[in-house]
Amino acid sequence: MLKVRNLKCYYGRIMAIKGVSLSVRQGELITIIGANGSGKSTLLQAICGLLPGWEGEILFEEEQIKGLDPPAIVNRGICLVPEGRLIFGPLSVMDNLKLGAYTMYRKKRHDRIEQDLSMIMELFPILKERSRQAAGTLSGGEQQMLAIGRALMARPRLLVLDEPSMGLAPLLVEKILETLVNLKEQGLTILLVEQNAQAALKISDRGYVLETGKMVLQGRSSDLLADVEVKRAYLGKDYDEFYEGE
Amino acid sequence: MCDMLLSRINPIRFAFFFLVIALVGLLVDNAYYQQVLILIGINTLLAVGLNMLMGYAGQISLGHAAFYGIGAYTTAILTAKYQIYPWIALVIAILLAVAIAVVVGLPTLKLSGYYLGMGTLGFGMIFNIIFREWSSLTGGASGFVGIPSLSIGSLSFESGRNYFYLVWFSVWSVFLICSRIINSRAGRALRSIHDSENASMAVGVDTMTLKLQVFVLSAAFSALAGFLYAHYISFISPGSFDFLMSVRMVTMVVIGGMASIWGALLGASLLTLLPEWLHAFSEFEMVVYGLVLMLVMILMPQGLTRGILDIYERSREKYRK
Repeated sequence: MLKVRNLKCYYGRIMAIKGVSLSVRQGELITIIGANGSGKSTLLQAICGLLPGWEGEILFEEEQIKGLDPPAIVNRGICLVPEGRLIFGPLSVMDNLKLGAYTMYRKKRHDRIEQDLSMIMELFPILKERSRQAAGTLSGGEQQMLAIGRALMARPRLLVLDEPSMGLAPLLVEKILETLVNLKEQGLTILLVEQNAQAALKISDRGYVLETGKMVLQGRSSDLLADVEVKRAYLGKDYDEFYEGE
Repeated sequence: MCDMLLSRINPIRFAFFFLVIALVGLLVDNAYYQQVLILIGINTLLAVGLNMLMGYAGQISLGHAAFYGIGAYTTAILTAKYQIYPWIALVIAILLAVAIAVVVGLPTLKLSGYYLGMGTLGFGMIFNIIFREWSSLTGGASGFVGIPSLSIGSLSFESGRNYFYLVWFSVWSVFLICSRIINSRAGRALRSIHDSENASMAVGVDTMTLKLQVFVLSAAFSALAGFLYAHYISFISPGSFDFLMSVRMVTMVVIGGMASIWGALLGASLLTLLPEWLHAFSEFEMVVYGLVLMLVMILMPQGLTRGILDIYERSREKYRK
């Protein structure tokens, strides 16, 4: 569904992503893990058209998306839940959700919007309760739910999430990730970027490990979870711990 | 479609506004008051257009007096020099302002914050220089005289009352258009740009096009105001369309309250009335004027609309206790 080939991104003269390739198949939940500054967000921004001037190839459903602006990419079916949520604080929860359906309104699909709104209210009942409240007054977890709901309103075929667990309590992280599993079971394809490597790998099919702009590892999530290098670098265990244990 | 339109624009408020305009027009006989009210109406047109750009989309313009001037000078030149029918001149004036707004907006709206301010500032200054220096066409620094008054058939707008109605029903229509836009999908998208342009793009809003559209719309309203001003005063000079005028427009929006069309009305009223009230202070007029504006901003940092609403809500709470 999504193929990235030899992607290179630049910030001025600094190369932030040095030839990355990855693929996402229909119906998969893929995780990209990596430390701060490894280029995870940059990669997502390139996919969603928010980053001008990258080199390489990004194919979505066999079509090039180079040169498309973000609205056109949303139209094709890729929706981003941005890092730090970026919900529209002064606007009401309902307005935020309706903005997510901006491209749907353009296609005059009013019937779908009502349907999607009730679907999202069912998924996150708290949003229904707060629908008239300004989005900025929601708690962090509720804002994350709103951000996901907003992205779903555009009926994406590929949902891209940039660190949805950032700044959330462990219980809420679990809830958010559970929601992603549910969405996947309903047939949505998901690309997830996370620092919370353990939790993310547990729910995903395959994973990629990004380090200073390069893919250093990739494979089935269960294999990555067992991989010594991943454990050491991302799962917070050092050599002693698992050498002693085994 | 008609149902949808009505349900979204709060018909009671607009009917009430219509009634107030009709009554005020009937009751005010004094020529001086009529003149002040007409000027408030023209300034409201300027403020409400700029408020769409600043208050809703969050884009600053320090050169909007140029569009006001383009409206005024286009109609002046066409009607006085070439004897073109004023209503046709109005259409041409608005189209010209729209065209110039597109040309200017395309590059400048890529900027944001201070840089957008500087860009639009430069644009305003260029047009003020054109009004001043192209004397063969604009009359130069000494101004342009002999702009004819307006009429439709036998209905003449020469009298204060008729002109009052012309101006204020234009304001009413513009308010209706604006409130229709604000409460639509586009209005939501505009407010989202104000909050975060990146997030707005991420949900699929074509921010550049939308910003340009609202810039063009506000330019068109300014040109309409310029048209009404020129035919009312019948004499225009570059001084009315200079940098200070642009700043005054921004002040009206900020004082009245950003992101509120009724705020534009309040801001325009205060800024038109203040100099009239302050004549008593003679040479200290400008000092007091500045002080009043400072006080409003200190006491009501969100503008008059929000400030008055807050006072109302607070007093209601007290009353309840």
